[in-house]
Amino acid sequence: MTLEDLNEVAEKELARQQALKNRVLYCSAAGCVSCGSEATRDAFKASLKEKGLEKEIEVIGSGCMGLCGEGPLVKIASDDTLYQNVDEDAAQKIVRQHLLDGKKVENNALDPANPFFSSQLKIVLENFGRINAERIEEYIAVDGYEALAKALTEMKPDEVIDEIRKSGLRGRGGAGYPTGLKWGIVRKAASDQKYVICNADEGDPGAFMDRSVLEGDPHRILEGMAIAAYAVGANQGYIYIRAEYPLAIERLRLAIKQAERLGLLGNRIFESQFNFRIDLRIGAGAFVCGEETALIRSIEGRRGSPKPRPPYPSEKGLFGAPTLLNNVETYANVAPIINRGSAWFAAIGTPKSTGTKVFALAGKIKNTGLIEVPMGIPLRTVIFDIGGGTPEGTEFKAAQTGGPSGGCIPNDHLDLPVDYESLATVGSIMGSGGMIVMDSESKMVDVAKYFMEFCADESCGKCVPCRVGTKHIYLLLDKISKGNATADDVALLEELCEMVKDTSLCGLGQSAPNPVLSTLRFFRHEYEELLKPVETYIPSDVHE
Amino acid sequence: MAILTLTINGEQVSGKDDESLLQIARQHDIHIPTLCHLDGLSDVGACRLCLVEIEGQSKLFPACTTKPQEGMVVHTDTERLKRHRRTIVELLASEGNHQCAVCVVNNHCELQDLAYEVGLQYVRFPYLYPKKELDATHKSFVLDRNRCVLCTRCVRVCHEVEGAHTWDIAGRGIDCTIIADMNQPWGTSPSCTSCGKCVRVCPTGALFEKGQTVAEMEKQRDFLKYIVTARTKREWVAEATEE
Repeated sequence: MTLEDLNEVAEKELARQQALKNRVLYCSAAGCVSCGSEATRDAFKASLKEKGLEKEIEVIGSGCMGLCGEGPLVKIASDDTLYQNVDEDAAQKIVRQHLLDGKKVENNALDPANPFFSSQLKIVLENFGRINAERIEEYIAVDGYEALAKALTEMKPDEVIDEIRKSGLRGRGGAGYPTGLKWGIVRKAASDQKYVICNADEGDPGAFMDRSVLEGDPHRILEGMAIAAYAVGANQGYIYIRAEYPLAIERLRLAIKQAERLGLLGNRIFESQFNFRIDLRIGAGAFVCGEETALIRSIEGRRGSPKPRPPYPSEKGLFGAPTLLNNVETYANVAPIINRGSAWFAAIGTPKSTGTKVFALAGKIKNTGLIEVPMGIPLRTVIFDIGGGTPEGTEFKAAQTGGPSGGCIPNDHLDLPVDYESLATVGSIMGSGGMIVMDSESKMVDVAKYFMEFCADESCGKCVPCRVGTKHIYLLLDKISKGNATADDVALLEELCEMVKDTSLCGLGQSAPNPVLSTLRFFRHEYEELLKPVETYIPSDVHE
Repeated sequence: MAILTLTINGEQVSGKDDESLLQIARQHDIHIPTLCHLDGLSDVGACRLCLVEIEGQSKLFPACTTKPQEGMVVHTDTERLKRHRRTIVELLASEGNHQCAVCVVNNHCELQDLAYEVGLQYVRFPYLYPKKELDATHKSFVLDRNRCVLCTRCVRVCHEVEGAHTWDIAGRGIDCTIIADMNQPWGTSPSCTSCGKCVRVCPTGALFEKGQTVAEMEKQRDFLKYIVTARTKREWVAEATEE
């Protein structure tokens, strides 16, 4: 494969698409599939066949189109009309009215001027609703693998790292470590063998960004990993993905096979000296395996329990070799940065948090779904303009970011810009991108209890504070929520939270108390309202 | 290898760069409490008792797995650390079924010693009273999981020194438990060599010899040092003689 061959594939694919009369893109991500998008696809196909149009109009599956709460979603490529709630009847109607007569079906059509669409900025999700996730040719037709070709043929590894460093890209897994810096450390580590790992063990309750990216644009991740491997000097990559994402696994397997067939993975890629292979490793259901040292041990075939750092994986990681470990969304940003340049990327967002962030909006919000916004956007815009606010008759109370490691952001802080530093100032974290909205009916003690139960259940049990501490925090919260606790219990709860945060071995334990501490900070009155008055012993003769 | 100078609790000390902070502290008679650490075994940093403060770092570091750096300033007994250590022992006490009065290692128990050391007078958390299985199927030894603190010394000594890897951990979180081979009765384990190393390294009465009664079981843990030293120096290996 050379750059000319790549362009030829792209041209051929574009010519094929232009020969078609139209394209119907239905959402084939897990959300829409579960509300019947495959039946919608069949209805489209049957209806088109009936009209004899099956050769001129193709019906293809595409990535998540955002408004997951209103699925199945369907896009008509010729004029970019997006339809919601497309059941089988609506599909037939769209074929009759829109595809044959060119008139929009107003009942189902979504308004592109809606702030849900107009306030977003798509980089990671740019190919969603544009390409078929299961065909490499379509990815190549939208400039796919061009960044890899550019890196391999025009850039030295150090130049690639420099470009990433200048872009200001930071780790999208939650902690926000500068990506370029991490790459530089792995590049400098002296070793014959290095590895590149993609962390796709997305486990936060309510988060589905990584799953959607892998389902909708798997080649983007493969390309990002290949560029990273070239930059740091690795020849083997692993994608560690949780078994609960069967569709993403299937698409990745297919994508790897297609890339290997075209020589975009394998030996002498783009006729350079660079060899790179990617294998999948499927998680067995432990949340802690999203922690990098536990993830590495799991890939090695051992029990997924974390190790003290240092040494960091960048010095001593998989099988003892220097290892680069990044999140799915981080890799998804690599190809656009190489293609369009670091200056373009650095201009998006805020000076310290550049680029965009994908969020999964869930909970008590009108527009449930997948969104991508520039960093620094006010939280208010995300929740009220894009999300549409809370359902009728309820009031917004708090937004939870960062899942079980994060915190709640109350009403007073709604004008907070969404970036790494600002979220930290209110005791939350960016996290991997889950955003759960709570309304006036949500009880904050129960929210804290829910997350603590999750952490206690997912603790690996290696270190004492996390194994036993999270259990006792949960028991204390349970006692409070049932109205059996006193002020002493809240004091003990706070002390134990600080201790677990201070002393736990890995990020899971260190961040597990965050939901409790943050609800105590902003909703302390809800805890206090549940307390029992302290019983004081009054001798009976006092009354007389 | 380089010799580094650092400060521990205001005292200037020196140590090699491949040693741990714990080793260096002990060489200078600075006591740091430990539970999962045992000389001769690899360190896992799991019990969190040896956490120390390092100036300029907000996080706490386990002394057993942290390497020294030139000019490092370390504190091992601040109020914050003492408070945390007390809570750790308190959590351990609430987690299992630790009844000293009827335990074979009463007065020879590392958990008991730690409780004295950190000044644990009472436990503020509810006792969890877990239902744990006792395994007395082995001909010479007993595993009483009620007294286990999950330090994994037995797992490590069996894997690293004996080379049998009979022991491992099953489950997660509060349900973690020590298992033999494929989670089967110890007496039926095909890999166990009955060497008894696990019994001797166990800090509590979770592993003990049959025939011992309350407060009778004393464990000699020095043996490990001798085996490991002899192995690394190849002391017991007969040199090939030229003929």
